[in-house]
Formats: sequence, structure tokens, C-alpha cells
Amino acid sequence: MQNNRQINKSGELQHLLTIEGLPVSMLHHILDTAESFVGVTEREVKKVPLLRGKAIFNLFFEPSTRTRTTFEIAAKRLSADVINLNISASSQSKGETLLDTVNNLSAMHADMFIVRHAQSGAAHLIARHVAPEIHVINAGDGRHAHPTQALLDMYTIRHFKRDFHELRVAIIGDVMHSRVARSQIHALTTLGVPEVRVIAPKTLLPKGVEHLGVHAYHDMSKGLKDVDVLLMLRLQNERMQGALLPSAQEYFKYYGLTPEKLALARPDAIVMHPGPMNRGIEIDSSVADGPQSVILPQVTFGIAVRMAVMSILAGS
Amino acid sequence: MELPKTHEILEKLAAAIRAELTEDMVIVGIHTGGAWLARELHRTLGLSSPLGTLDISFYRDDFERIGLHPEVKPSDIPFDVDGSDILLVDDVLFTGRTVRAAINELFDYGRPARVRLAVLVDRGGRELPIEAGFTGIRLDLDEHRMIDLLRNEIGELELKLRPETGV
Repeated sequence: MQNNRQINKSGELQHLLTIEGLPVSMLHHILDTAESFVGVTEREVKKVPLLRGKAIFNLFFEPSTRTRTTFEIAAKRLSADVINLNISASSQSKGETLLDTVNNLSAMHADMFIVRHAQSGAAHLIARHVAPEIHVINAGDGRHAHPTQALLDMYTIRHFKRDFHELRVAIIGDVMHSRVARSQIHALTTLGVPEVRVIAPKTLLPKGVEHLGVHAYHDMSKGLKDVDVLLMLRLQNERMQGALLPSAQEYFKYYGLTPEKLALARPDAIVMHPGPMNRGIEIDSSVADGPQSVILPQVTFGIAVRMAVMSILAGS
Repeated sequence: MELPKTHEILEKLAAAIRAELTEDMVIVGIHTGGAWLARELHRTLGLSSPLGTLDISFYRDDFERIGLHPEVKPSDIPFDVDGSDILLVDDVLFTGRTVRAAINELFDYGRPARVRLAVLVDRGGRELPIEAGFTGIRLDLDEHRMIDLLRNEIGELELKLRPETGV
């Protein structure tokens, strides 16, 4: 997939499709800009006039409540007009193609598309197709990428741990099917995290994952030792139906994050989760609601990070 | 053109403000030069009231043309703006567009009782009906001539005229 399409000739961000290939300076620019937006969302008037008059379309071909809502709030706090389209329920069932949908919305003078699709590469396809003044943000495509989720995770890590250069970070769970994990790995290695680990049963780790610059573990007791940041992944229920996992109970026994397993990490380690959580499958409630959990700050920061991405794109 | 010493301009500005100082006046500086100047005035005037800073990047009127400023800093308004008496501080007053943006941003924090403006240099060239209540020095500069407030390693402020570029 062409990743250089997201940077234009002047070196500005034209689309945000994937973290892979973005320079470290761009990641810091996004995180720094987000920091200014955190202050805006704490004010009496939680809006700035930056994107006044812009039309932003949330194109969700796959159901998602949280991501769509945070993009919607972010767009509204930038004073943009935001239009939500749940396409699975409308045009596609009538047979309209992806690009026909995009053409129609472009004719309505869209300025930005936020795209969630079950097919890897859907946002890239749209980015290749639209006029140069239209910007595209990938809000999750198949197993490929979910760049704004990774960016808000990086923001949260930077907020609580300050420096990326001395951290051990573990990504735990269904790495195989996770676009979040892929984007996190690219972001963490680009930002200079010296040790990124993935912990999962063999059936949920892609072959050759080490080539992404991570260390693979199959055993939580080894993988969690001395870790500063735990990035939990959502275990999708449909994985139980194939031969990948014996049962939810079995998974929780070996890979569910309990207080006992968390105690193996550093005492000041933070626990993150992209949501929605499966309590009692990948994470125990006492950890999810415990003092080391920063899952709710992640949600708050997610709005500021998405405001930053949208305003950087709209200004390029 | 020879500029007077920066500390002399600063003293003149501080004296003008001191003559009209009110007890509950709070100072807000506009990033970056205005924030330095605000801190300096806050110290010189011996104020104990909170000191705020504004980064007006999200309120600029040229976003469509030049995009987001590459180094946005968080705004910090550590007091309740409703009913407050604000002295807005910037280093150089030129077109008035920065001040317009700053006032707009302030009003998103609340409704101040009064906003006044202090600038180190008024260089003319206004494009909006905005004037400063307190001015360190007035200069009549050609519209292409640039003037900057700089800060050295030990925190001293210095006004510098950029050399004229050959046309």
C-alpha cells in the first residue's frame, strides 16, 4: 500500500492513513498540537472556530460507537459541520459502490472523510480517488491500521511517562487480527521506545511479527516482567468460534490481566485498553477500574488528538 | 534607524500602566513575545495577581491560507475570566489581527468586565479598528520592515529591527 500518499510535496500531512512511514517529527507535531487542544476541552466554551464552515463526513461502513462519537465531538469542537453516515445500513445494501458513495458526497462539497471499513485499504482507495483539497482520515481499515487510536495511545503514554526512550511496552492479546496493534507497533518504534513486546498465544500472533521490531512472548509471567506500559487488546468474540482459542475461560486463565499478573510489571506501570472492554476475558474488573488503569484518560485525550489531526490536515 | 534601549521603552510602558493600575487587574500575554513581556511587566509592577498566556493559533484568520502554526502552545488562563479586569499584552502592534484573535479567544473563557491593551511597540499599519491603551514606543515603519522582540539566555528582552532587505 502506498503510504507516501499521505504526505504532500511540501512535506505536510495530506491524509492520515497509517502510522507506518510517518517521520518522528510529524508524530511529535501531532502530539504537541493535541496538548493545546486538551486545554480547549476544559474551558467554559469547548470550541474553537478553526474549521468553521467545513463539512466533515463520518463514513462508517462498519459499526463503531466510540470512535465515531469521538470523531464527531472532535469535529464539533473545531466548529465544523459533521455528518454521520452508517453506510452498512443504507446505500451499500442498495448496491452502490464505495467510490460512488464518495463521489456523491464530494458533489455535496465534503472537505474531509473519516473512514471506517472492514476491508484493509479502503481509506487508501478513497484517498487516491478524491480531489486534492479533500482530506481522508483512516478510522480503522480491516486488520491493517487504526492510526488515530495509536496516536491517542502515544499521547497517553507521553502524558504519564514523559519520555519514550526508556520504556518497556507490552501489547497483550489478539495481535493477529488487530489493526490497533499494528499501528501501535509502528508508533512506538518510530518514537524510539527501545523495547516493544507482544504477548499472545501462538495462534493469535502473526508469523514473522519480530520483523516489525518487537519481541514475542507466549507467557505472561515472562512477558510482563519490568514492563512500564501494558496495552491490552480487545479479544473479539468471533475468534472463539474458530480453532484459535479453546474458550473464554481458558483465555482469561492464561492471558487475562488480573491483579496478580499486573504485579509482575513495574509497580508504576499503567494499563491501557482501546475499548470496548471484555471484562473477565482479557481484563479483570479490578484492574480495569484500579489505580493503574488510564483507560478513561485515553478517551478524553482521544478527542484532543483527533482535533489535532483534523486541524493539521485541514490546514495543509 | 537607531532604536532606544529596550529597558527604557519597557520602563516607560510600565510607568504608563502603573498610573492606571487597579487592584484586581490581571495580565494576559500573547505567545511568544507578548508572554515574555507580560511576565516582565508582572514582575516590574510587583503584581501578585495571576498571570495568563494565550496562544491564538486556533483563532487566526489566515488558517485557510497558511494552515496551523507549527508550534502551537497551550493557552493558560489560571483565573475566572467572568467579570475580570484584563490587561492584554503583546510585543508589537501592527495590523491588529492578532489582538482581534486574542479577544475572541478570551471571550471563550468567559465575559470579562474590561479588556485593555498594552504593547511595547506600535508600528502603525492597522487593518482593523484596534488601538492600544498603553504604548512603549510608536514607530512609523515601512510595511515590509520587520521588528522582533528577542530574549537572550539570561532572560533579557531586546527589540531588534531586521535589516532592510534590498528590493
